[in-house]
Amino acid sequence: MTPTPTAPSTFDETALVLRAKAGDTSAFSELVSHYERKIYRLAKNITRHDEDAEDVLQEAFLKAYQHLDRFEGNSKFYTWLVRIAVNEALMKLRKRKTDRTVPLDEPVELGEDVVQREIAVWDDNPEERYSGEEMKKILEDALDTLKPDFRTVFTLRDIEELSTEETAEALGISVAAVKSRLLRARLALREKLTRQFKRTGGDAFGYL
Amino acid sequence: MLLVTCKDFLRELNEYLDDLVDPATKAHWQAHVDECPNCFVIVDTTKKTMQIYKGMDQQELPPDIKSRLWQALEKKMADRRPPPPPQT
Repeated sequence: MTPTPTAPSTFDETALVLRAKAGDTSAFSELVSHYERKIYRLAKNITRHDEDAEDVLQEAFLKAYQHLDRFEGNSKFYTWLVRIAVNEALMKLRKRKTDRTVPLDEPVELGEDVVQREIAVWDDNPEERYSGEEMKKILEDALDTLKPDFRTVFTLRDIEELSTEETAEALGISVAAVKSRLLRARLALREKLTRQFKRTGGDAFGYL
Repeated sequence: MLLVTCKDFLRELNEYLDDLVDPATKAHWQAHVDECPNCFVIVDTTKKTMQIYKGMDQQELPPDIKSRLWQALEKKMADRRPPPPPQT
């Protein structure tokens, strides 16, 4: 894991933003260097499309640069940047209108019912059973099966680690909607991964 | 307090996992998790799901994507740079 972007000893976001607003392009470049990987990952996870993710990455930073004078510092710069990137990513999704969700072969109906079919303990340390590349593919394939709404909320909350409130703000939806989408997303992914990682054989019910 | 059913508990799973409840409520739910093998497994594997995604690699940008990003930025920055003061 890379260090969190707020480590004050090495990276002072507020000071860089102030300098960038005053026209210091090197300060803005430093902000870009610091966040480019996170924004790309976010774009990739929401759009699930290489070209779209690259467009989102560029557009997000270009727009942030262009509209920097509108950033008033009420939120963190990173949250503001995420909001811009999320808007771009959602626009891409709307343009493509490809909902690559696997049709509901899984019951993740959590409006009224909370149905979980796969209930099994996992193998110990599934990370050790797969190469980094294999694991990445398993996680991405599972994300692919989520509806974009759920995938976006999960990406912001559980991968980018925004708060519920920040996620609601970034997506322009209510806190309640963030919570319900996050619950669905977490449980759907849990089911997917359980299929992959569940313990098999005589020890499968080791928890009983 | 009323008996917690699995359905009740799973509706509140996020609050439980994200520790957003008061200690009394948490203890009430915990009693259910301790008694219910299914909910115990769901809690355990949902936690693992969240952990595994949190640890997802934040890879370097592919070099060609990085270079196109910086080209676009440099162009934008050059466009917005104020013109040099007139020569006298």
